[in-house]
Amino acid sequence: MADVPSDAPEHCPGTTSEQAGKSSACQGCPNQTICASGAAKMPDPEEIKQKMATVKHKVLVLSGKGGVGKSTFSAHLAHALASDESKEVALLDVDICGPSIPKIMGLEGEQVHQSGSGWSPVYVEDNLAVMSIGFLLSGPDDAVIWRGPKKNGMIKQFLRDVDWGELDYLIVDTPPGTSDEHLSIVQYLNAARIDGAVIITTPQEVSLQDVRKEIRFCQKVKLPIIGVVENMSGFVCPNCKNTSQIFPPSTGGAQKMCEELRLPLLGRVPLDPRIGKSCDEGKSFLGEVPDSPAAKAYHSIVQSIKDYCSSRSTQ
Amino acid sequence: MEQNGEQGNLSQVRRVVLVLSGKGGVGKSTITTELALALRHAGKKVGILDVDLCGPSIPRMLCAGRPDVHQCDSGWVPVYTDAQQNLALMSIGFLMEDPDEAVVWRGPKKTALIGQFVSDVAWGELDILLVDTPPGTSDEHLAVLENLRKHRVDGAILVTTPQSVSTGDVRREITFCKKTDVRILGIVENMSGFVCPHCSECSNIFSRGGGEELAKLTGSVFLGAVPLDPLLSASLEDGRDFLQAFPDSATFSSISAIAQTLLSRLEG
Repeated sequence: MADVPSDAPEHCPGTTSEQAGKSSACQGCPNQTICASGAAKMPDPEEIKQKMATVKHKVLVLSGKGGVGKSTFSAHLAHALASDESKEVALLDVDICGPSIPKIMGLEGEQVHQSGSGWSPVYVEDNLAVMSIGFLLSGPDDAVIWRGPKKNGMIKQFLRDVDWGELDYLIVDTPPGTSDEHLSIVQYLNAARIDGAVIITTPQEVSLQDVRKEIRFCQKVKLPIIGVVENMSGFVCPNCKNTSQIFPPSTGGAQKMCEELRLPLLGRVPLDPRIGKSCDEGKSFLGEVPDSPAAKAYHSIVQSIKDYCSSRSTQ
Repeated sequence: MEQNGEQGNLSQVRRVVLVLSGKGGVGKSTITTELALALRHAGKKVGILDVDLCGPSIPRMLCAGRPDVHQCDSGWVPVYTDAQQNLALMSIGFLMEDPDEAVVWRGPKKTALIGQFVSDVAWGELDILLVDTPPGTSDEHLAVLENLRKHRVDGAILVTTPQSVSTGDVRREITFCKKTDVRILGIVENMSGFVCPHCSECSNIFSRGGGEELAKLTGSVFLGAVPLDPLLSASLEDGRDFLQAFPDSATFSSISAIAQTLLSRLEG
């Protein structure tokens, strides 16, 4: 039988069947809710293109490397774009195994509601909506132990069934790597035209070597690259004000990589303990510490992204 | 009855330990590398299996470069990082001709390669095999477990940073371990504070205390905390043995203590 996971209960009808989540065998299965919602089924890509027709700009946030600040950046990009109240902004978290966005946006414990027009995303502000698998899990210890095909199904569901409405910007936060989630999001959104990707890195070669792969991935799938952000770029000691390169740019950092690959370096964001603190507390760092060097760096980078998107509109 | 062929390559490996984290970028590869070096310094024969297909970091951290990987009758010959052959390494990084080439594979292909990796590396005699994993709870992790189970899995170390965005993901990894019956050997908190080399002020750049709280919350053992250390980052960048270069550092003490605790947890 197709799509019966190895750890499924006996008589599992299969995650793509009409009975998924609804049969008596599904009672007590940890994936029951997700199967019953239809997340694991494989829907029509044309539907996604139609759904995305009301979304003006789509920006992916990528990195080959984990832990460089993709979710942190995505969240703050969304906050910054939504600070213009005339713009409608949405943030989609396709990190199925490690969904950080609900916490960073202060939305832990929120649930998704279904209506006639689809799933309602969770609103942080009137003009800032968020969707993540985090909202579908029943608790903070719930693990999503899914293989590629099920993850792909969820991502399609997010794009097809969420009632996004009219959006100026859809920001998509991704997990690290170049795998199912990345292939899927590019494939499903391609017909609807992605404006581009912002690539996040930290200065050290251990990050850059993974990021170069991500850049190759973008080139392979013909995804335009808006530019690169170097995060965790130096730490200024609050006591003595000396700068330490905790993650040393031993091979020239993002700047050298961008020169070699002829990509724009959108900016460098320094390490600031208040960024991590804001994320843990679910607050916007830009609102909490607006005059910090890091906030200023963020604003400059966001402006570059806005300018890029506007220039795409006029093409 | 185990099949002799598959059992053969891991039959002389005494202990197998996974290094996991739900969260990316917390230092799994760093901790794997440093523990491997510490265990080697303690006289053990160590192997590292790097199953992060998309972002294999270990070769650079051990200055393994881009060696040709050879086959013998029993399978792939691992790359030895020292003349005495006490630290062996196998990584997909070695199989890529172009180091900048992305491995853009979906789950089933990753699963197949990991199966090969786990079964077909001629490790020979090892005291401990450390398995470095990518972040998450998906194809790679299931593939590693399914294949190692034919031999043994002694447990997993979970790596986190102090902040709750990290421990939040690691909680899910702990659930993964419980669901798949993997013994949790303990939690390591990495990037645990930064001591300014100029004025010695300690800054909690990634918050503090999360690792210990997570251990308490989940009933796990707290193995120890490793501070943020630019000298460690620089050593990893260049593939140098940090423990040999900086034996008097606080970081050295933390890592050595964690290695010792790990050994006693494995023997206990």
